Amino acid sequence: MKIQSENFAKAAQKAIADADLQSAVSFGTNLAYTKRKSAVFVSGQDHGEQIRQQAAQIKRHALNNLPQLLEQAEQQMQKNGIKVLWAKDAAEANQKVLEIIQQKQAKKVIKSKSMVSEEIAMNDFLEKNGVQVIESDLGEYIIQISGDHPSHIVVPVVHRTKASIRDTLMQKIGMPHTDDAQTMTHFVRGHLRKEFLEADIGISGGNFIIAESGSLCLATNEGNGRMVTSLPPVHIAVVGIEKVIPTLEDYATLTQMLPRSATGQSMAVYTNIINGPRRKDEEDGPQEVYVVFLDNGRSEIYSSGYTEALACIRCGACLNACPVYRVSGGHSYGWVYPGPIGAVVTPLLVGLNKASPLPNASSLCGSCKQVCPVVIDIPRMLLDLRHDLTKQKKSSKTWKIGMYIWAKSNRSEKWYKMTGRLIKASRYLPISKLPGLLKNWTRFREMPQPAAKSFHDIWQDGLKDEDK
Amino acid sequence: MNDQKKRVNVKGKKVSLFVTCLIDSLFPEIGVATVKILRRLGIDVDFPMKQTCCGQPAYNAGYRKDALSVAERFLYTFAGSEIIVTPSGSCAAMVKHEYPVLFKNDSKNYQRALEIAEKTWELSSFIVDGLGVEKMDGKLSEPCHVAFHDSCHGLRHLKLGPQVRKLISGIQNVEISELNDSDSCCGFGGLFSVKMADVSGAMLQKKIDNIISCKADTILLGDSSCMMNIQGGLKKQGYTKKVTHFALILAEAISNENTI
Ligand code: SF4
Repeated sequence: MKIQSENFAKAAQKAIADADLQSAVSFGTNLAYTKRKSAVFVSGQDHGEQIRQQAAQIKRHALNNLPQLLEQAEQQMQKNGIKVLWAKDAAEANQKVLEIIQQKQAKKVIKSKSMVSEEIAMNDFLEKNGVQVIESDLGEYIIQISGDHPSHIVVPVVHRTKASIRDTLMQKIGMPHTDDAQTMTHFVRGHLRKEFLEADIGISGGNFIIAESGSLCLATNEGNGRMVTSLPPVHIAVVGIEKVIPTLEDYATLTQMLPRSATGQSMAVYTNIINGPRRKDEEDGPQEVYVVFLDNGRSEIYSSGYTEALACIRCGACLNACPVYRVSGGHSYGWVYPGPIGAVVTPLLVGLNKASPLPNASSLCGSCKQVCPVVIDIPRMLLDLRHDLTKQKKSSKTWKIGMYIWAKSNRSEKWYKMTGRLIKASRYLPISKLPGLLKNWTRFREMPQPAAKSFHDIWQDGLKDEDK
Repeated sequence: MNDQKKRVNVKGKKVSLFVTCLIDSLFPEIGVATVKILRRLGIDVDFPMKQTCCGQPAYNAGYRKDALSVAERFLYTFAGSEIIVTPSGSCAAMVKHEYPVLFKNDSKNYQRALEIAEKTWELSSFIVDGLGVEKMDGKLSEPCHVAFHDSCHGLRHLKLGPQVRKLISGIQNVEISELNDSDSCCGFGGLFSVKMADVSGAMLQKKIDNIISCKADTILLGDSSCMMNIQGGLKKQGYTKKVTHFALILAEAISNENTI
């Protein structure tokens, strides 16, 4: 996917003017936000908070031991009969997947929802190489037949209204007219059944990898994940290296936090722990399972000051809670990962110079950190990224000079007084007619009139000695 | 639980007011109200004249060197203070939460920054959590129907919110309603409001919509920056509902009490 993050402000402006998008996004995010709250805190505030802290510790601990855990996971998986591959970047991952497909002389691939596959633009690559790829998650399927991109990491079509989805399904796959969401789902389900039976290979992502048992864990709601990983003869999972956790017990905590934070469910409808291909005494399941561990910039993040970003379990709660995401929609962020966590990982994965507006696409309100099931300090990382931005060559000269002058006038009494006098003098300026940054303020707000006397003056002129 | 509760014993100590740069030049009446409230509580207030800004604008914009130079001035200006109180959740959060980060690599000032962070309080938290005063006698001359907007930094860094509700519910002639989504950001975010003007404007609009549909006619908050943002937005659209700092209401109430 072409990176368009530099265009954030313009794209957001467009999204704000799009009434359908606004109503769809606010409906979807509000619902998830409210349901999350009741699900996470179902056994009381303290319990919810404790389990959150526990999840946070597990992911920190896992990251601290990442190299060892990856080795352990590989060994255990191999013992289980899973073939483990490593990919340093998107190209390598795609190539490895293609090689397996070609080796099996496969023509048709069915996929369950995977953000990592979006990250490496796998569909495009496979299609260019003559492979037919079908998304089987309802949302992803709608995205695929619309030629669109997901705008949310959990609810890919959160930006679409029901009516627009209906129209797409009628146009693209001949669905008869209906306004009932369930009827639509059933229609798509029937349509996809055939694809499932014909697919040669199933491709999934992975929510967690358990190192001690070499298991791949998936959480889905529609059952498509289970079909993708059990019906076709070959299953390939592409998973980011940060997904490894030590033990099954750790998984028990995280698998509670993920659906609660994502959709407000106490458990995902389908919770899969995949331990390998079909065994001799088993009647179904794939004959071969591959796991491709993807780096694609993660080890660089790992050794930077932003390691914490890798703790993300992609629950989407921070998107739902974010007032900026809620009005801007996911596409404005210009790449695969939107919202607060996207504003952090996009610059880290694609380069700060290709996503320079994103660290500033936040009012630093802190809602993201407040809801994050693994307590990632997103505002702190945004501040750090802003600091990094100022050190870049192309960082704005105007801001630099502006800040220098600001600092100077706040550092010396003489300058501070002088600035104070200037502000006072501006009482009589037609501020609302001024251009530039002030215009950005006055487009939406009146400017307050500076006081005739500053607090410094009032204090000196008598408040100091009043009622003493 | 408020993390300031278990710290420094503040009773009987002299308070230095940090008025904030915004209040200094735009809303000095909030500073005056703060002084009145503190004095009513029997506190000796001083105002270090050399104070300017806490450094937050540059810090939040990523300009740490500039922020550092201004913050350093703050450290020295307030070095002799026993307690620092400020009528701003955001500036208090800057000093308490960000100074330790900002000065992390400055061995000369780090310890000083930690000490300053320790002794800095936001006004409502100082009164309720610090002094243990939950109610101040007072009465508004006209009945007033209020609701609260919970500004982000105060709410999420300092766990503010309950304190001001306690203080305001103790004064007479006040009716209190809750504002829908009182804890959602008003869209200010410092330079964010001009860098991401449309996004900020859309966030502000949601706040305005909630205020307009709220039963209260006065919205109280504890940050003059959010006040300037929301008040400015309401005015621009011709609404007459008031957005004001809680210190102004509290000071008015206690001064009426004085004359009874
Ligand atoms: S940063 Fe936290 S809240 Fe956001 S998607 Fe990741 S885990 Fe969820």
